[in-house]
Amino acid sequence: MKVKFLPFFLVILLIFVFFGFYKGLQNSNIYTPEVNLKKNIPSFTAKLLGVKNEISSKEIFKDDVYYLLNIWASWCVPCRDEHKFLMDFSKSEKIEIIGINYKDKIKNARNFLNELGNPYEIIISDLDGTLSIEWGAYGVPESYLIYNQKILKKVVGPISLNNFFEIKDLVK
Amino acid sequence: MTSTIGFYSLTFGLVCSFLIIFFSVKNFNNSQFFDNKILSITFLQFFFVTISFFSLILAFVYSDFSNETVFNHSHTTKPLFYKISGTWGNHEGSLLLWLLVLTFFIFVFLLKSQKQKKEYRILTSLIQQVIIIGFFFFLIKTSNPFNYIFPVPAQGLGLNPILQDPALAIHPPILYLGYVGSSIIFSSALAATTLNYVSKDWAKHIKQWVLVSWIFLTLGILLGSIWAYYELGWGGFWFWDPVENVSLMPWLALTTLLHCILVLEKKLLLSSWAIILSIATFTLSMSGTFLVRSGILNSVHTFANDPERGLYILIFLFCLIFLSLFIFFFFFKFEKKKKNLFWLSKETAILINNWFMMYFLSVVLIGTIYPIFLEVFSSEKISIGPPFYNKLIIPFLVPFLLAMAIGPKLKWIKSNFENKKHLILFFIISLLLSILIIRNLDISFLLNTVLVTSAFYLFFITSRDFFVKGFKRLSQNIAHFGFSLLILSILFNNIFSTEVISNLKLGETLENENFKIKFENIKEINEYNYKSIKGKFTVQDLNGSNEIMYPELRIYNQPNIVTSEADIKTNLLTDKFMTMNYIQNQDYFNIRYQVKPFMLWIWLSVLLICFGGVISFIKKYEG
Repeated sequence: MKVKFLPFFLVILLIFVFFGFYKGLQNSNIYTPEVNLKKNIPSFTAKLLGVKNEISSKEIFKDDVYYLLNIWASWCVPCRDEHKFLMDFSKSEKIEIIGINYKDKIKNARNFLNELGNPYEIIISDLDGTLSIEWGAYGVPESYLIYNQKILKKVVGPISLNNFFEIKDLVK
Repeated sequence: MTSTIGFYSLTFGLVCSFLIIFFSVKNFNNSQFFDNKILSITFLQFFFVTISFFSLILAFVYSDFSNETVFNHSHTTKPLFYKISGTWGNHEGSLLLWLLVLTFFIFVFLLKSQKQKKEYRILTSLIQQVIIIGFFFFLIKTSNPFNYIFPVPAQGLGLNPILQDPALAIHPPILYLGYVGSSIIFSSALAATTLNYVSKDWAKHIKQWVLVSWIFLTLGILLGSIWAYYELGWGGFWFWDPVENVSLMPWLALTTLLHCILVLEKKLLLSSWAIILSIATFTLSMSGTFLVRSGILNSVHTFANDPERGLYILIFLFCLIFLSLFIFFFFFKFEKKKKNLFWLSKETAILINNWFMMYFLSVVLIGTIYPIFLEVFSSEKISIGPPFYNKLIIPFLVPFLLAMAIGPKLKWIKSNFENKKHLILFFIISLLLSILIIRNLDISFLLNTVLVTSAFYLFFITSRDFFVKGFKRLSQNIAHFGFSLLILSILFNNIFSTEVISNLKLGETLENENFKIKFENIKEINEYNYKSIKGKFTVQDLNGSNEIMYPELRIYNQPNIVTSEADIKTNLLTDKFMTMNYIQNQDYFNIRYQVKPFMLWIWLSVLLICFGGVISFIKKYEG
C-alpha cells in the first residue's frame, strides 16, 4: 500500500515542480545591476547601539519625513571629515539623521561621538556588517537620503561640500 | 570550412546513435554474445564528436568569425590559451564538450565491462544513447555551435574577462567529467534494476565509476571555488550562490551513493538507496544544467538567455526523471523482509550518514529552488544567503561529525564498545582544547565550542588511525581525515578572519585596532588586451609586520568590462587578501582588506579528500 502511494505522490510533486520551472522560464531575465535609486528601502530589524532590544525599520522610517541614513565607524578616518556636515544637518528640523554603526566596538563608537558630537536621532548597531550589505553599501562612510521609504540619493564615501548643498536643496 | 566539417561530423555522430540502438535491439534478443559492432560504432561516434569538437577549437584558434559562436565569444587580441579555453567558455561549446565526454565515457564503459553480462551492457548502452540523442538534438536544434554569419565580421565580441583565467579554463572540463560520469551510473543503475542485477557484483563494478565521477566532481568544485576566491573578490570560498549549490547537490548525492555502494558490495544491503541515489545524482546534475543554462538563475554561468533552450532541457530532464521512476517502481525488487540492523554496527552508521546527507541535500535544494518558486507564485524576489544555510546546517554538523568519527570504528553486523577507552579520552582532549581556544574570543561560546570540539574529535580519531591501522583502509582514512581538516579550517577561518572595508583616496591612511593601511600610489599599465590600474598599499599589523599589497583593476578592451584582481599573499597559516574597486564619479576607491587564516588548508584538505578517492580507485583496480 505504502509503495503504491509513493509513486503517485512523487508524480504529482514532479508535475508541480515542472510547472513551477516552466512558469519560471517565462519571467526569467538576466540580472541587470540596478542603481539603488528610487528603490524601496530594505526592511530589517536591528539592535540599537548599546541597547538589547530590537527595532524594526517600520518604526524608524515614517512617511513624509526626510531621513539621512549614514553608515559610519569610529575607526573610519573619512567619517571624521563628513561629521561636521552631519552635525549641521542635525540642527535642521527638516531632516532626521539615522546612523548605522558599522563593525565597531561600542566603547570606541561612544568616544567618537563624545569627541565630535552626536548628530544621530537613532543609531543602529551593525556588528557583522550584514545590515549594510542589505543596503547595498560598498563600505564606510556611505549615506542615503530617504523619503517615503524610497532612496532618493546615495553618497558613496564622505559627504562633500557639494553633496551637502545638494541634499539641502532636496529637502527644502 | 572547419564549421562545415564540425557540423557534418556532429550529424554523423547522431546517425551513429540510431545505428547503435538498431544493433543493440537486434543483439539483445538474438545472440548469446555481445555484438562487437556496437563497440565499434560507439567508438566511431566518439570519433565524430571529437572531430566536431576539434574543428570548433580550430575555429577559435584561427578566429574564424564566420562562425557565430566564435564571433560572440572570441577576439583576435585574446591570448591563444584563452582562445582555446573560450571554446567551452560559452553555452554551445560547453554543450559540445558535454557531449564529447558522454560519448567518451560510454565507449570506456563498454570497453571496461567485458566481464559483465551481455544484457546489462547493452541496456546500459541503450539508456546512455537515449541521453546522448537528447543532447545531440538539443545541440543541433537550439544551440548549434557551427552557425554561419554572413557577411563575415572583422572582429569578435570577446570573452567575458572574468572567465579569462587558468583555473576557470580547466574548471568546466573537470566538472563535466564528474557530471557526465554520473550519467553512466544512472544508465547502469537503471539497466541493473530492469535486469534484476542489483548485486554485489554490480556494486563492485559500478563503484569504479562512482569513484571516478566523485573525484572529478570534487576537483571541479574545488577549482570553481578557488577561482571565485581570487577572481570575484568577495574574499570567501563559498557563498551559497545558487550556481555553487547546483554543483554541491550532486556531490552530496554522489558522496552518499559512494557509501551505499560500499555497503551493497559487502553486505547486499541498502540496494534501494543505491538505485535512488544513482538516479538522483544524475538528475541533480541535469537540473543543475537546466537551472544554470536556462537563465532562471542569474550568474556568470548564464551564457545566454533563451527560453527555448530552457524549455528543451526542462522537458528532456523530466522525461528522464519519469522514465527512471517508471523503471524503478515497476522493476525494482524491494528486499522482501527487512533485515534488522543492529543499532551499533557499521551498516547503521552508514545509514545515519545517509540520512544526514539527505538532510543537507534537502536544505541546499530548498534554498536553491524556493526563491524561484516564490517568484513564480507570488512575484516576490528574495535571495537566500548564508544565514539560512548556517542556521539549518551547522547544528546538524555536530552529530554528523561525531557519527563520522565513531562510525568507521564499528564492525559490520554487530559491534560493542570494548577497548574503546581512547574514544572517550580523545573526546575530553578535544573538548578541553576547544574551550582553550574559544574562551578568550568574542563569539558565542557554546555553539563554537561544540562545533570545534566535534571537528577536533574527528581530526584526532582519524589521525590516530594512521598510526594504528597503517595502510589498512587508507583511502577511507585519508578522505575522512581530509574532511575533518576541512571543517576545522573552515571553522577557524570563520572565527579568526578579520576584515575591513572602506573607501580611500590616494594618500589616505585607514587605521583601526588591528592594522593601518596606507594608500601609497597608483599605476596605470597598458597590457595586451586590457589596461591595468594597480594600487600600492602598505599594511602595517599590530605587531609591526609590514606588507605591501598590489590590488589591481583591469579594464578589458573587448568586451569593455572592468574586473578587480585581488592581491593575495598566501602563506602556510594565513592569507592576506586585498581588493580594490572603482567607485563611479568619485576619486575614492573601495578597499577591502581581509586576513583569512587557514585558507590554504581549505584547499589542501579538499585535495586530500580527493586523494583518498584516488587511492581507493587505484587499489580496487589492482585487486
